[in-house]
Amino acid sequence: MQFDSFSAFIAMGGYGFYVWLSYGVSLMALALLVFSSLTNHKKIKQQIAQRQKRETKLRQAAELQNAQPRADISHKT
Amino acid sequence: MMWKWLHPYANPEISYHFAGKILPWCARLAFVFLAIGLTWALLFAPADYQQGDTFRIFYLHVPAAMLSMGIYLGMAIAALSSLVWQLRLADATAAAMAPIGATFTFIALITGAAWGKPMWGTWWIWDARLTSELILLFLYLGVIALHNAFEDKNLAGKAAGILALVGVINLPIIKYSVEWWNTLHQGATVSKLGQPSMTADMFWPFVVCFIGFAFFVTALICLRFRSEILNRNSMRPWVRELVATEEKVHAV
Amino acid sequence: MTQLSYRAAFGLIVKRDLMIAFRHRDDIINPLLFFVIVVTLFPLGIGPESTTLARIAPGIIWVAALLATLLSLDRLFKSDHADGSLEQMLLSPQPIFILVLAKIVAHWLLTGLPLILIAPLLAVLLHLNEHSYGALMLTLLLGTPVLSLLGAIGVALTVGIKKGGVLLSLLVLPLYIPVLIFATSAIDTAAMNLPYNGQLAIIAAIFFASLTLAPFAVSAALKVSTN
Repeated sequence: MQFDSFSAFIAMGGYGFYVWLSYGVSLMALALLVFSSLTNHKKIKQQIAQRQKRETKLRQAAELQNAQPRADISHKT
Repeated sequence: MMWKWLHPYANPEISYHFAGKILPWCARLAFVFLAIGLTWALLFAPADYQQGDTFRIFYLHVPAAMLSMGIYLGMAIAALSSLVWQLRLADATAAAMAPIGATFTFIALITGAAWGKPMWGTWWIWDARLTSELILLFLYLGVIALHNAFEDKNLAGKAAGILALVGVINLPIIKYSVEWWNTLHQGATVSKLGQPSMTADMFWPFVVCFIGFAFFVTALICLRFRSEILNRNSMRPWVRELVATEEKVHAV
Repeated sequence: MTQLSYRAAFGLIVKRDLMIAFRHRDDIINPLLFFVIVVTLFPLGIGPESTTLARIAPGIIWVAALLATLLSLDRLFKSDHADGSLEQMLLSPQPIFILVLAKIVAHWLLTGLPLILIAPLLAVLLHLNEHSYGALMLTLLLGTPVLSLLGAIGVALTVGIKKGGVLLSLLVLPLYIPVLIFATSAIDTAAMNLPYNGQLAIIAAIFFASLTLAPFAVSAALKVSTN
């Protein structure tokens, strides 16, 4: 252990600001990178899922229309 | 014939699952190595006799700088193999690497500035290494910007790959020119401290930190690589199946 | 159909690009005006002391030349891409290398050469050291083709993108740094009445390297952009 007390550890021999600045910024940047990578991954999956849902809906709607064209006509007249 | 074992990995589905398999292991190893390395660097490594405790920035700065250049090289190699052998997966790898490399370049610059202020008396000097690192950041940002400019990710990968290759040819020229420029314009006011001599009790925490960061980078590349593959193959049946089953799991 | 020789194809494209440019003279004159205005802004911003101006003159002229070239790069492929003649060119039996090189040469004739011709005038305005004129001309002569060659890579990559203008500067300017460094240093060295052929040789090396490699990169990039 290089430091006698916790306050000495924070002070870093008078250079505390610079040391903690660089560690802090690096940690922030890496955390941001991890976070953005994870959300990006999720977002892509969600997009694919959404498109799939939309496609199945469209297909169902088309099937419905094909199934009852006659009913529609009778309704109108 | 020699490379036959590689062929299955040209299949996006297989490499997607392969990357998924090694991702948690890399993440765990990165966590262990970084926890040990950074604790060692902050608490137990001795202070430099000239630079005092600012030397602890070294354990972040040097791995970040080395990785920033290594990742660029890796990206260029991936880009070359995608252009020469038409490997689509190499494109995805290169695309996955660019933001990671840019982040590490950014870290190297910030930690360099924070180290420079107490040691050289100024946040920034137009030192050859700092300047070429800054230019490296510009090159990364160019690749990322070009990547984002295309809608079609396959085209984006190809275009960004060409730029990465042009950049990698230029990088030694830029580095050389900046070094040469710097020795010509060396300011008299900045007294640069010599490279700190490394002893074993400084060297080993550095190695542990470096390995930790390397695993961290590998894990991130795996993660982003998986996203890239999904994005490029979103119409393939296997992707649809995968997403559909995962949706079901979440719903339950 | 008779097959054109490489030289004939090269000449045809240069001639065609020059003719198109002479019909739209603004395209030639505007970057030049930009160059002149940027250079005149510096004394207004910094102050009229001739020693200060002489000290920073090489840098100003070269940075302004970089920006003026950047401004004119769009013209290189954009209109050809818009009217489809670029795709026709890529489909022609001649190697793309020749065609690309011809277009770059035409671009240099239209922007690099006028810049070189007007540079001494601006050097006078900036009180450039009298020993430096030769170096200024030689570095521009060797350096501006590099700007056109490297810039062509950037344009080829961004030609298919709608808002490519800002992106282009982000891609191209970092690549221009070595030329800028060596050219300004050659001019500074000449001001001290020292030999500057070392710097010139390096710029020449960069020129020949980009002359042989850049057209390949441009043709690959064009294939991606036109898809």
